[in-house]
Amino acid sequence: MTITKESVASMLESADEKRDRVDSHLHPQGSFDVADHEVPTGREEVWRFTPLKRLHGLHQDAAFSTGNVKVDVDAADGVIVEQVAADSALRGSSGLVPLDRISARAWAAAPDATVVRIPTEHVAATATVLTITGSGTAAATAAHTVIVAEKFSSATVVLRFEGSAVLADNIEIVVQDGANLTVVSMQDWADDAVHLSSQHALIGRDANLKHVAVTFGGDLVRHDTTAEYAGPGGSVEMLGMYFADEGQHIEHRLFVDHTAPKTKSNVVYKGALQGEGAHAVWIGNVLIRKVAEGIETYEENRNLVLTDGCRADSVPNLEIETGEIEGAGHASAVGRFDDEQLFYLRSRGIEESEARRLVVHGFFNDLIRKIGVPELEAKMTETVELELAKNVLAVPNVKHD
Amino acid sequence: MATLEIKDLQVSVDTEDGPKEILKGVNLTIKDGETHAIMGPNGSGKSTLAYSIAGHPRYNVTGGSVTLDGVDVLAMTVDERARAGLFLAMQYPVEVPGVSVSNFLRTAKTAIDGEAPKLRTWVKDVNAAMDRVKMDTAFASRNVNEGFSGGEKKRHEIVQLELLNPKVAVLDETDSGLDVDALKIVSEGVNRFKESGDKGVLLITHYTRILRYIKPDFVHVFVNGKVADQGGPELADELEANGYDKYVALAR
Ligand SMILES: Nc1ncnc2c1ncn2[C@@H]1O[C@H](COP(=O)(O)OP(=O)(O)O)[C@@H](O)[C@H]1O
Ligand SMILES: [Mg+2]
Repeated sequence: MTITKESVASMLESADEKRDRVDSHLHPQGSFDVADHEVPTGREEVWRFTPLKRLHGLHQDAAFSTGNVKVDVDAADGVIVEQVAADSALRGSSGLVPLDRISARAWAAAPDATVVRIPTEHVAATATVLTITGSGTAAATAAHTVIVAEKFSSATVVLRFEGSAVLADNIEIVVQDGANLTVVSMQDWADDAVHLSSQHALIGRDANLKHVAVTFGGDLVRHDTTAEYAGPGGSVEMLGMYFADEGQHIEHRLFVDHTAPKTKSNVVYKGALQGEGAHAVWIGNVLIRKVAEGIETYEENRNLVLTDGCRADSVPNLEIETGEIEGAGHASAVGRFDDEQLFYLRSRGIEESEARRLVVHGFFNDLIRKIGVPELEAKMTETVELELAKNVLAVPNVKHD
Repeated sequence: MATLEIKDLQVSVDTEDGPKEILKGVNLTIKDGETHAIMGPNGSGKSTLAYSIAGHPRYNVTGGSVTLDGVDVLAMTVDERARAGLFLAMQYPVEVPGVSVSNFLRTAKTAIDGEAPKLRTWVKDVNAAMDRVKMDTAFASRNVNEGFSGGEKKRHEIVQLELLNPKVAVLDETDSGLDVDALKIVSEGVNRFKESGDKGVLLITHYTRILRYIKPDFVHVFVNGKVADQGGPELADELEANGYDKYVALAR
């Protein structure tokens, strides 16, 4: 074999690319082998916010069993939803490689997989809704879901989690070239549920994904949502809305890996917190690789703290390996009610509790509009109203600090 | 009839170096049908007076009284004051993200009247009020003051003034930052309000310009936290000619 300059260059390049993949501190190397993932102690950077004690042993060796979670399907016309065997080639088609022990354990233990397939060029008229209902927290469940939007298709898929469960799952999202997909993961769990979810999206050339996380219920919900691009021109919008109540731990960890040029990402997460021990964690990681020239990214997290005793951690990270980009920015804020807004509303005769109600609804309204899934809008507004009734509207004189 | 009576009002704000006295004994009585102009240099405490009347939590009243028809205003919450008939058009109206103008106006009207306005006439009323200040009715579906220009914010304040129809309006530098056309539009709004009944108006301004369009019955010169001089409309002309220097020097 003659070694030309070009082939050396390309070898170096591919070696570089390989190293590129693992070097970023934002992106630990994954593995399918559970043994490769040590049991977390809580001191690791990625686990330092999560109350491990409340994981029911998911991070250790808690046994998985079946029959505790059922899936009801309401599929749109032309959208195919089926159960496939665990060894189906569709598993792993998004490029998901478990990044932590819980994801690896769920990968190994999932007895089968739910596949949602939107055929090529099909445009679904309504949302496809999968309602996942848990019947108790006595035993843990491992699950796997693959959502594939084939070329030039368009659809909305809602995963609605309800009831009680200890659930570890991997959710793969494949958006093929030119497809438009909205995936909503709505955590409407009962108070005692524990949900650890790893969601990975592969976005094709000129494809669009809108990924929405709505977390209202559960004792501990931790979602790791990651996205990478299979070609140039793809875009991902990650929208999130959460309401952390007394004692609730809600953690959303996001990672957008700009692996292709001319790609876009836009991340907006907004949450409200109320009650003793309510804890919200948002980690927003964006990596712009050397190849990812001409990309555009923006990420934002805003938290509205409604009472004393809550805590919100909000950490944006932007790692840039090329300067040849259109734009990159982030914003993160944790704040209480804005006194000036409340004063303005009250100076027009609006009572304090009503003014607070308007401000909180207002805080979420633009996001709900952006989420743009009509099937869910009423539900989201209603939930905000119910949450408000617990504190903001219930206490006649909330402290002014 | 409505009389707003301010007696020996003293107000301070908390600063890093402790409380700072801003209003040092303000006396002012506004009877129904009267328009009072308060004129003073920047930093003299005009906005502090306006906010204190409206009950902004940042301002601590350390002495004196404010009554509306003999009823203690200072004992009321911010929203109670508005429902009692006081209105403050703010120098810097506040943006409220996610709350539409139409929702805001309807909620405010419901609060002031104690009952929801009739849906059919209400929409007409809102559109008419916006038309009168040459505000596109598309603003109704925008978020309160968000992305409004300075002039649009001031017009929005006038829309509220006309729809909420208070007994006494305090207008804090509603003229500042307006071009001549906008100034006329806003002034016409205030004049319509005045003519709609025996309304009291406290018109706070830095410049005499707006007094060409809104005729005051009384002019008060406000310097260093209190009224330094008062008179009829002619006092405004004198200020126009000579400025505040004489008063500022005296106050030192
Ligand atoms: N929150 C505050 N903290 C410290 N000083 C203040 C505060 N608000 C007002 N002041 C001071 O009080 C004085 C009067 O302010 P203001 O009432 O806004 O005056 P005006 O409206 O006449 O320009 C100014 O010296 C201003 O700096
Ligand atoms: Mg001022």
